[in-house]
Amino acid sequence: MSRAYPRKLYRDDALVLRCQKLGEADRIVTLFTRRHGRVRAVGKGVRRTTSRFGARLEPFGHIDVQIAEGRSLHVVSQVEGISLYGRRIGSDYARYTAASAIVETAERLTPEEQEPALRLYLLTLGAVRALGDDDDRSPPLILDSYLLRAMALSGWAPALTECAVCGQVPESLLDGVGPQQTAFSVPAGGVVCVNCRPPGAAAPSTATMSLLTALAAGDWKTAGASDGPARRQASGLVAALLQWHLERGLRSLPLVDRR
Amino acid sequence: MYEGAIQDLIDELGRLPGVGPKSAQRIAFHILSAEQADVTRLATALRRVKEQVRFCRICFNVAEADECRICRDARRTDEVLCVVEEPKDVVAIERTGEFRGRYHVLGGAINPLEGVGPDNLRIRELMTRLSGGAVKELILATDPNTEGEATATYLALLVKPMGIAVTRLASGLPVGGDLEYADEITLGRAFEGRRALDV
Ligand SMILES: [Zn+2]
Ligand SMILES: [Zn+2]
Repeated sequence: MSRAYPRKLYRDDALVLRCQKLGEADRIVTLFTRRHGRVRAVGKGVRRTTSRFGARLEPFGHIDVQIAEGRSLHVVSQVEGISLYGRRIGSDYARYTAASAIVETAERLTPEEQEPALRLYLLTLGAVRALGDDDDRSPPLILDSYLLRAMALSGWAPALTECAVCGQVPESLLDGVGPQQTAFSVPAGGVVCVNCRPPGAAAPSTATMSLLTALAAGDWKTAGASDGPARRQASGLVAALLQWHLERGLRSLPLVDRR
Repeated sequence: MYEGAIQDLIDELGRLPGVGPKSAQRIAFHILSAEQADVTRLATALRRVKEQVRFCRICFNVAEADECRICRDARRTDEVLCVVEEPKDVVAIERTGEFRGRYHVLGGAINPLEGVGPDNLRIRELMTRLSGGAVKELILATDPNTEGEATATYLALLVKPMGIAVTRLASGLPVGGDLEYADEITLGRAFEGRRALDV
């Protein structure tokens, strides 16, 4: 007796992370879903200009999607747009490059398909929304804050207030102590005290340290008041931390427009 | 797994875009059972495309000489330059019969996720062409999707200080579609209704 392969259907809301062309007119979309984690599915015929789905399966869109499980690839059977952030993001190069680095990070931090990661989903959606709404926060700061918090969700939160090795608060971070520089070691996992400081540790400024702390905590008032040198130094350290934890670097990170 | 030549062919076909292992196998066996003359023609076409087709040294469209047919055409105007992602977009726009200027083929769109940044496209060459001073209007006809929009935005910012009018095809092209799939009438209208791009 033969019977058609029963296709399981499920519905979820999702963020479109990536789109890749497939064949003549289809597209493989990588979705970060709220309840099913990262899922790859085919959008059939979406590149034809007659497709109703095309605009809804663009990168950075928050969508309501119905997916049919297939034996090899899943298929998008229904999709409605909740907020299609791609339009705003695509019209601003700094937002576009920052959003690209955010979705690539989300993809890399969800190595297993269909493994729910609700907190990372919400964090990623929030960051993409900040870039897709007319938010006046700087796109590179939104990105760096996202990267720090996404690393924290993966268990890689850098030590920013006490020594990553011994746990003591370094003198440079105590109030009222002179302008002694803080040591920061990427392999050690953040700030290190004078005793634990390994060779080759970076020496970020006090302004950089307070920016990193503000970004990790989502303190936008402090972060927004930071100056150019602190932002450059902070983003360099965030990128180095991420690179240390991921096996390969992100392709999009060097292309982020930080002007 | 098959042996020798047939498996080699399946493997090579399977590396083509959009060809899965099953299709690769089907095509390989189709070729195996086809007439010798048909297969020879296919093999010749494959070899010729690499030997004879090059990229135009001016616009990077496909060409069989140093310069493509469009760049050599003296009846076309140098004042309007249309930027597209791929040679197939040139074909789509030529079909509309609406455009009498020149082209510049970028070779793709800026896509950080795929590691494609401005330096990987023919943007430096575009800037050199524009600095010649002949171009009065630059039409950005990248695909109406997020990558295409972002590429257009990037170019518009870059060109802004040069004082050249920058336009984008009219909306009406559905977002998410490939330019090459737009029918002549829709694409023709999008050309006519192009608007200044403010950045
Ligand atoms: Zn210590
Ligand atoms: Zn040419």
